[in-house]
Amino acid sequence: MPDAHRKRGHTSAPTASHRPILPPEPYDVERVRLDFPILRRLVHERPGRLGKPLVYLDNAASGQKPRAVIDAMVRCMEQEYANVHRGIHYLSQQTTDAYEAVRGKIACFLNAPSRDNIVITRNATEAINLVAATWGRRFLEPGDEVILSVLEHHANIVPWQLLQSEKGFTIKVVPCDARGQLDVDAYADLLGPKTKLVAITHGSNVTGTITPVAEITRLAHRHGALVLLDGSQTVVHMPVDVQVINPDFYVFTGHKLYGPTGIGALYGRKSVLHQMPPYQGGGDMIAAVSFDGTTYRDPPYRFEAGTPPIIEGIGLGAAIDYVEMLGRDAIALHEHSLLERATKRLEQIEGVRIIGTAPDKAAILSFVLDGVHPHDLGMLADQMGVAIRVGRHCAEPLLARFGVEAAARASFGLYNTIAEADALVDAVVAVKEFFR
Amino acid sequence: MANDQFDDLRDLYQEVILDHGRHPRNHRHPPDANREARGDNPLCGDRITVYLSLDDHGVIQDVAFEGRGCAISTASASLMTEVIRGKTEQDARILFECFHDLCTKDDADSDAHGPVDEDALDRLRVLSGVREFPVRVKCATLAWHALSAAMAGAGKVSTEE
Repeated sequence: MPDAHRKRGHTSAPTASHRPILPPEPYDVERVRLDFPILRRLVHERPGRLGKPLVYLDNAASGQKPRAVIDAMVRCMEQEYANVHRGIHYLSQQTTDAYEAVRGKIACFLNAPSRDNIVITRNATEAINLVAATWGRRFLEPGDEVILSVLEHHANIVPWQLLQSEKGFTIKVVPCDARGQLDVDAYADLLGPKTKLVAITHGSNVTGTITPVAEITRLAHRHGALVLLDGSQTVVHMPVDVQVINPDFYVFTGHKLYGPTGIGALYGRKSVLHQMPPYQGGGDMIAAVSFDGTTYRDPPYRFEAGTPPIIEGIGLGAAIDYVEMLGRDAIALHEHSLLERATKRLEQIEGVRIIGTAPDKAAILSFVLDGVHPHDLGMLADQMGVAIRVGRHCAEPLLARFGVEAAARASFGLYNTIAEADALVDAVVAVKEFFR
Repeated sequence: MANDQFDDLRDLYQEVILDHGRHPRNHRHPPDANREARGDNPLCGDRITVYLSLDDHGVIQDVAFEGRGCAISTASASLMTEVIRGKTEQDARILFECFHDLCTKDDADSDAHGPVDEDALDRLRVLSGVREFPVRVKCATLAWHALSAAMAGAGKVSTEE
């Protein structure tokens, strides 16, 4: 890859289309596929019958793992493992260095000013719950307003509802239009002197909508409100620069980024993190403990009680290296070619309705097929080896907005091919035929 | 229906199921219903409401449902309304237990739960294909769980375990 692909600060302006402005580089997807052992397996194998090649189009739920991630985790356990932050011995120091280097990688990945901005969590859900339990519990009061959007995953709804029942603030919801585009005018109208927090997704896991996060943040800050962005679906598809977007919190999860499960991150603005009380209590987060009183460490360690997910952290570091090596601009270009192909062909099938047609969207394609429930569609597609997600996608309010009980969703990753986009379309045609 | 790639699913999606899935019977809201309960399968997005008219003797005079789910849950709800009309609550419960066995056990004994209407059970046998697909058992039993809840007066049931 040319250096330009890896250069930091190359992020396109987040208010405009996030589509990369670089000319297309040859992206050798067949070579990329060789890095993912699982893509070689067949599904629905049986004695006497060859299985079907796996067409994995459920990347928005979780990504598959490249050899580099698998090897890094194995190497950690075989060669470089001990507990971190507390050992005087050789292996503990080695492991601590490797683990803390991952914090630095995450900081670079988001272009955060410092590794101290990065709190390591179990996933994006925990990162949001952490903000709710610490910043939210300390600063939200009755009469305050928290703004969410109809595009949210349950992970960015329920933590605020749980806190709401305790603190008595009001939750307001930004609507979206028929394409799934966030209604920025309505958002601007919801903002006011009572707004304390805006917690909005950077990219919808159902419609794929990329939200205008820089504008969202700018408007919120004008009213003195803080902004939390859920980047779980976006960091995998496009470059993200928290110094350009300027949120107070940005969260993402590792397993969708081709890393292991059980690891995610919270970026927090330094001044805000310093105002926040601890999250969980335990080892590693304290400065000194006595029964007369305990003092806590500075962020980010204040929010990381107990032995952290060391092996998972090493895996995430390898995943970030892998994605950066391919280049997120190149990945975005490739995935968009798949999205465009599948969208164009699906649209031509009579009875297909695509859920989410915002001009700026990630490679996520949700749809319904007239007369066929998504659950049946998903099961039959699976028989052809095509793995998609069906159901409510942990985003019930959004499905209700589109007037559907459930939807099918194909989501493309960096290793998917045009042939796989076609396989999806072929499966939908075959399923439609089956139920005719 | 010449797609042989779906051969493994022929037992599951039998013609009767496809028919009831497409054209569910008793898909309505009876004005004189005195019991109802919602069945919800949040994982896959099936959501139905079962309505009952129970008389003073505990006999199901009318049964119907609204809402749509997948072909399996819709067909099961439709077949259920056909086989339990005119039955007592007790008979309906026994039938449900036998049907549940049919969906989950390879060697179900129809006498296990008391005297059952064998003809009714035979009509439900078409759904026994779900045995091979554990995730679909919830679909096949959703309407029946809602029926139980309606008879018990519980009002709402979820089949997500």
